[in-house]
Amino acid sequence: MADEDEDIHIRSDDFLTINVANQMFGIPVLQVQDVLREQPVTKIPLASPEVAGSLNLRGRIVTAIDVRRCLSMPDRDEGQNSMSVVVEHNEELFSLIIDNVGEVLSLQKTDFEKNPGTLDPAWKDISTGIFQLEKNLLIIMDVSKLLESIKV
Amino acid sequence: MDDLIVEFITETNESLEELDVDLVNLEKNPNDADLLGKIFRLVHTIKGTCGFLSLPRLEKVAHHAENVLGKFRDGVLDVIPDYVTLIFESIDQIKYIVGEIEETGSEPEGDDAGLIAKLDAAHEGKVLLDDGTYKGDADAPSAAPAEKKTADAPKQERNVAPGDATEDELEAAFANAPGPDGIAPPSDEPPKQERNVAPGDATEDELEAAFANAPGPDGIAPPSDEPPKQERNVAPGDATEDELEAAFANTPGMDGIANPSDTLSAQKKEKPKPAADEKPAVKTKPKTTQTLRVNVDVLEDLMTMVSELVLTRNQLLQILRAQGETEFSAPLQRLGHVVSELQEGVMKTRMQPVGNAWSKLPRIIRDLSIDLDKKIELVMTGNETELDRQVLEMIKDPLTHMVRNSGDHGIEIPAERVAAGKPETGTIRLDAFHEGGHIIIRIADDGKGLSVDKIKEKIFQNGLATQEEIDEMPMQQIHQFIFAAGFSTAAAVTSVSGRGVGMDVVRTNIEKIGGAIELKSEEGKGSTFTIKIPLTLAIVSALVVEAGGERFAIPQLAVRELVMVSEHGDNRVEYIKGSPVFRLRDRLLPLVSLSNLLGLSEEKVLQQKEVIDEIKAKSDVETDVEQTAETTKEAEADSQEIETKSSDTAHSSKNLYLVITEVSGYEFGIIVNRVFDTEEIVVKPVAEMLKGLTLFSGNTILGDGSVIMILDPNGIANATGNIASTEDLNAMQGQDAHTSTSQKKTSLLLFSTGDKTPKAVPLALVARLENIKAADVEYSSGQMTVQYRGALMPLIPFDSSITIEEGEDKPVLVFADKDQSLGIIVEEIVDIMEEHLDIQLSAQTSGLLGSAIINGVATDIVDINHFLRNANHDWFKDHDDTPYMSSTDGGNESDKKRLLLVDDSAFFRNMLTPLLSMAGYDVTSLEAPSEALKMCEDGVIFDVIVSDIEMPDMNGFEFAQEVKRGDGKWANTPMIALSSHATPQDIERGTKVGFTDYVAKFDKDTLLAALSQTLQSN
Repeated sequence: MADEDEDIHIRSDDFLTINVANQMFGIPVLQVQDVLREQPVTKIPLASPEVAGSLNLRGRIVTAIDVRRCLSMPDRDEGQNSMSVVVEHNEELFSLIIDNVGEVLSLQKTDFEKNPGTLDPAWKDISTGIFQLEKNLLIIMDVSKLLESIKV
Repeated sequence: MDDLIVEFITETNESLEELDVDLVNLEKNPNDADLLGKIFRLVHTIKGTCGFLSLPRLEKVAHHAENVLGKFRDGVLDVIPDYVTLIFESIDQIKYIVGEIEETGSEPEGDDAGLIAKLDAAHEGKVLLDDGTYKGDADAPSAAPAEKKTADAPKQERNVAPGDATEDELEAAFANAPGPDGIAPPSDEPPKQERNVAPGDATEDELEAAFANAPGPDGIAPPSDEPPKQERNVAPGDATEDELEAAFANTPGMDGIANPSDTLSAQKKEKPKPAADEKPAVKTKPKTTQTLRVNVDVLEDLMTMVSELVLTRNQLLQILRAQGETEFSAPLQRLGHVVSELQEGVMKTRMQPVGNAWSKLPRIIRDLSIDLDKKIELVMTGNETELDRQVLEMIKDPLTHMVRNSGDHGIEIPAERVAAGKPETGTIRLDAFHEGGHIIIRIADDGKGLSVDKIKEKIFQNGLATQEEIDEMPMQQIHQFIFAAGFSTAAAVTSVSGRGVGMDVVRTNIEKIGGAIELKSEEGKGSTFTIKIPLTLAIVSALVVEAGGERFAIPQLAVRELVMVSEHGDNRVEYIKGSPVFRLRDRLLPLVSLSNLLGLSEEKVLQQKEVIDEIKAKSDVETDVEQTAETTKEAEADSQEIETKSSDTAHSSKNLYLVITEVSGYEFGIIVNRVFDTEEIVVKPVAEMLKGLTLFSGNTILGDGSVIMILDPNGIANATGNIASTEDLNAMQGQDAHTSTSQKKTSLLLFSTGDKTPKAVPLALVARLENIKAADVEYSSGQMTVQYRGALMPLIPFDSSITIEEGEDKPVLVFADKDQSLGIIVEEIVDIMEEHLDIQLSAQTSGLLGSAIINGVATDIVDINHFLRNANHDWFKDHDDTPYMSSTDGGNESDKKRLLLVDDSAFFRNMLTPLLSMAGYDVTSLEAPSEALKMCEDGVIFDVIVSDIEMPDMNGFEFAQEVKRGDGKWANTPMIALSSHATPQDIERGTKVGFTDYVAKFDKDTLLAALSQTLQSN
């Protein structure tokens, strides 16, 4: 990546961290439209299990996706709170239901690594790579691939 | 063609009106290049269009004027005041002719030799005077052109066009009217003078008189001569209606003036009389409605916004209901009314008379009756019934096919009719009317009706039901089978309806827009199809129900009635081997449980209250549990209009509700746990990943702000397996929506030949289907031929295994080009399918394009071009230019060439788009090059661009330059220029900027030839 445009360069490396079943993921901050607390969701019968339902976000109908289910992780415990990150994909809005949202991190490209070959193939598909943070690892989520992975 | 003329006149009048303003500026600045360009473009468009509409007189004037204007525009000729006058005269003449066409529908008698002679003189740089001599160079005209014109007008016109009385009269009146105004206001002079000048033409004179006099008294002080005079200059003769209005508006005004002179008041008494008498006379002439062209997108946007507004209004009203009496009630009520009116108003802008959809039908019926030797009368009522343009588009084709069917299958030949004791002439009635928020379109014929026996036979053949089932079916249900996929078409292939769309497609199309189709038929008496469609697609009324703890909306259109049933008691659901049924007025109604259908557990039903509480609690965190329970109950009590008192009691969940639904004549009940309000909802499409769920037609936001899924009654009917035939189709569509959204479906004709593999050919290529009897086959120089429509048509067997034995008849696919045709004999016509044509295997065998999976079976896609080329006739040698499907076009690519048409004239766009589409192109038409360049930037790809040259803002040359810039995405896309102004210089310039070809705008054949040639060489 060229350095001539310092500003954009840095901003494109900002990530919003989210937690899903104790695993930290990063979403490019530019893709995030909104962060919501738990919302009432209308269930959509017969839709795939990853689709949690749909909700009304300021007059737009948003499809809610349960990220835990996309990642083949166990469902949240009863009563456990959730949050949503709203992203746009193919001109439609999606609300990714996750456990909670962390912070926005500015990360250097130098700490970025490709997915390790041994990573679960399902995860490999939806991740562009991994950042090594001091304490833990941050998996960068490819939102488009995550949404496309949902079978209809 | 009538429609085209009306459209042409509207467009031309609009342009002329615009021009009126500019013409005044032309006087001040005769060499204004922009303005001259504008006039040139207008005249040029008129000329081009006239060629199409065969208006020779107008075309001639426009042609000569264009020549001169071209020279002005290019700066070859200087615009001297004499020429300005000439331009005025030309425009006036065009206005006059256009006006006459508008009034009488045809061009007026007479010619424009004088004007044309002047124009030709100007073309050579001379000025021809009225007395036939040329004006000397020394005699520099100094008088203001407009004045000169005013003064000369009557005389000039007399000399120039003596046969042209009306125009003269107008001019005379016009010249005289402002005159007196300018001198002094002797108010009794104008009428007198006008009588002198134009005694024959009373109507126009009175009008002029009314006009000339009315402002006089109104102005109190002697009116300044400027305004009326200017108006004269600007719009002479084209504003009679307006002037009448003006006179009317002003006449009462005079009453208010304190001291009108005696003469004036005397006149005033006289005047209203003739004016009032004239009014009806004037009204009878077709009125140019004041129209404003608005881009459809703007209307769509408006509609979306109004829809949102309706939703918000509903939301507010719902809150209000829960609040009881507050200070917001009154303003909110008013807001509610205003929004309703706004909604109505915006919906009106999208309304078009249904007559637009069936204007072509009389012609189709006429041709049909000639082809089939039948006598058919088409009676249409309710042409003016309006419906949403989107809906209109969707029903156009189904309507055409149904009327065609009625004529072909319904109406008998005269002899048969007489034998059956009916009048010789069969009648097809087409009625459209409003009924309860819907539009009903009825197509009725007094023909032979559906043959129940034949349908039964076919049902059995197709394995749609067993013989026992068929025997027990009520008549109505048997009739329904003609809507089954692949049912009617193949059975009823004839020369006329053979290439038509089957009734299943008709039904699918109508249901797509939330409509329903019903059929009543009596053998020997005729058939009646009734189509019920919503007024608009955007906002529908829906019933909100609950099942399995979730709420769903059912479009009101599908709901017949609501029935409450209890577990015990008379009204109860009974079960036949687990299948719920209900006795409704002595009829046994099949039932389907919504919660079962949607896979929602019954367990949830019992907890429904908690679920609702939960939702409420989530949305309103601060309310404690007790309060929530209360408010919920309140809200429910409010909204449950249908539910009885028992809703408050504990055993409410034991009551069930049946939503009796009717889909295409099939009635069934949907079991739901609860019925809420009806609500106006705005149908929003579901997210792409949910499109596969056929039970839902969309989703929406309710008044309380929650999202709700909208049930699709057709989907439910299909899911219950009762109309199984379309289920496959829907499932197929659902699947396709995910795999390939970009591809369009192609209608394919499936047929079988000697070998086992089914064959398919795009239906669009097939002109007709015929059954040819062996006895009719003749041999001409070794070639099988048949006499077909008064000419010999060569016949080619699809392969050598196909022969026509003595006494046999075989289906023949007829391919036609202009008046030549070729028949290919096949073994059997199997079906017509709509499929994504995804050719997977490229074939080695000549004559085949490859294979594709159609209807789950590997099918050979036939390369018709191969047969046409091998027909051993040079007839078809120019058939290579059929761009529809060249043999190189395999793989996933769309099989149509994408064509971009850029033309600023809506008229041309409307005319060329269907023409090019018919020729097999996928046409995108745009109004301005700027829009096209935007598409270019967006990465849209086209195979060829056809562009007009004369366009405002950016002309075709500039557009081409922009497109052909080295780094442009379309740099390699061939471009064809479209212009009727094809001088050698223009063609040269066109080639220089990158146009591949330069085609005359109104030459359809050359355009099509140029297109295919261009595409081939690329």
